Amino acid sequence: MSADGGEAAARAGSPPPLEIRGLTVAYGERPVLWDVTWSAPPGLTGIVGPNGAGKSTLIKAALGLIPALSGTARFFGRSLEEVRNRVGYLPQRASVDWDFPATALDVVCMARYPRMRWWGRVPRAEREAARAALAEVGLADLAERQIGRLSGGQQQRVFLARALAQDADLYLMDEPFAAVDAATEQAIVAVLRRLAAAGRSVVAVHHDLSTVADYFAHVLLLNGRAIAAGPVRDAFTPEAIAAAYGGRLNLLEHASVHAAGRS
Amino acid sequence: MTALDLLRLDLPALLAALLACATCGLLGSFLVLRRESLLGDALSHAVLPGIIAGFALTGARAGLPMLAGALVAALAATLLITLVRRAARIESGAATGAVFTTFFAGGLVLMEVSGARSVDLDLDCVLFGQLETLVWLEATGWGSLLDAQALAGLPRQLHLLAGVGLAVALVVAALWRPLKLLCFDPDYAAALGFPARRLELALNMLVAAAAVAAFEAVGSILVVAMLVCPAAAMRLLTDDYRTQVLGGAALGAALGVAGYALAGPLPAAAGMALSLNAAGVIGTLGGLAVALAALLRSRAPGRAATA
Repeated sequence: MSADGGEAAARAGSPPPLEIRGLTVAYGERPVLWDVTWSAPPGLTGIVGPNGAGKSTLIKAALGLIPALSGTARFFGRSLEEVRNRVGYLPQRASVDWDFPATALDVVCMARYPRMRWWGRVPRAEREAARAALAEVGLADLAERQIGRLSGGQQQRVFLARALAQDADLYLMDEPFAAVDAATEQAIVAVLRRLAAAGRSVVAVHHDLSTVADYFAHVLLLNGRAIAAGPVRDAFTPEAIAAAYGGRLNLLEHASVHAAGRS
Repeated sequence: MTALDLLRLDLPALLAALLACATCGLLGSFLVLRRESLLGDALSHAVLPGIIAGFALTGARAGLPMLAGALVAALAATLLITLVRRAARIESGAATGAVFTTFFAGGLVLMEVSGARSVDLDLDCVLFGQLETLVWLEATGWGSLLDAQALAGLPRQLHLLAGVGLAVALVVAALWRPLKLLCFDPDYAAALGFPARRLELALNMLVAAAAVAAFEAVGSILVVAMLVCPAAAMRLLTDDYRTQVLGGAALGAALGVAGYALAGPLPAAAGMALSLNAAGVIGTLGGLAVALAALLRSRAPGRAATA
């Protein structure tokens, strides 16, 4: 299951943003990821697969948030510790308590904590960086709003702004499009495209097969193992999708994938 | 009641109530925000074998060996929970319950074996505390407050409480931002490179230290009440993190002072022959504070909409 862009980047002399080798993760007795070797090329990459395929697990294990039985993740050819400030993370929105006493600006400022002292006021420069990130996702006016009073889509954009405020070269995003309104989805897509245009890379867990070809240049089809990987037009074939989803792909999704493939 | 009585009999107990409740109130916000409010309850029981061991090894009911033993027990219990969760794949509430009750039960057995029971450790005192027995006989007048020798005669529980309270306040201040991040989004904290796991351990150690220091003076019931009630009340009253954390400490202190005053000194001053268990009154006030905060919140239309 070698990867296209990784090799291309290697030929060009620079290591890929993310390179995973032999990654195996199990929850108890049940293996979730089995010997996944894959590298993400520069640009926008979507990770697709059925529920329980290990998409989020892949990202979390790469970041060291859950223990792996074996395997390694290298970022830009180095260990995570060496390049942590080049790697941004957007967790699933549902992973936190949005009743937490904080404003949107407070949450985005968290991205800058590694650059601050552990106590005292948030320095003006860091606060401005956080405000700029909020403006980037169209939430400049809601900076002082309590996060619990934001809509789901706005909360998702706060998380995106927080990731942006890390000012990273690679962003790992866990379901950035999960349960968001159309306006938020368009805002997020615009941000992803700006990131790619600026030479940054994004690896995003994605669940909507019909938009994969539209949003991403590269894809990893995952179902416990890496089923297929490469540029969307090569790797995102009905056969590969069927192999990843088994019989679980319903007719509607199938039709939309075909439609997306033709367009 | 004379000023000297106030100084000798009421001041030590009042200070103990204030320090214990403020320290627990400060730490409570972190537990409430992390949705593990009852960790304080669990930890305050899990430290028992450590307390007994500290007592048995030194043969004295001194503060520091017992505190050290309690911290070791809390650390061991916390690490064991992680281990049980990973190895047995059971949910964290069950792992916590299993480990902490085992520690507490082990402590009871250890108490019998070590002979600590026959000497001085009194379970009633662990439960209800002994605020009323804290006296300062060395006090001769208001001047004693500035007299180092007289101050050294303050009950040792008060010394321990003051030391632990100060340490807790300093650590919370020094770890302000990492703790905030840990409460909101521990995975993100780890992804940013913060030592999330060690911060969790540190937080648990602080809770254990506060519980042990407050134990003897105010009792374990009040420790649990003050770890939960002030923070829960503030949670209903504010949407600001700083106000939440500092307000929890302030509300704890206020409850401690008000509860102690209501239990004895105030009725006495009013000529009433009424003397109540101070820890009981403080704990009851804590529950009332939460109820009042809930009432206030439900009447504030802006807040109610987001509840």
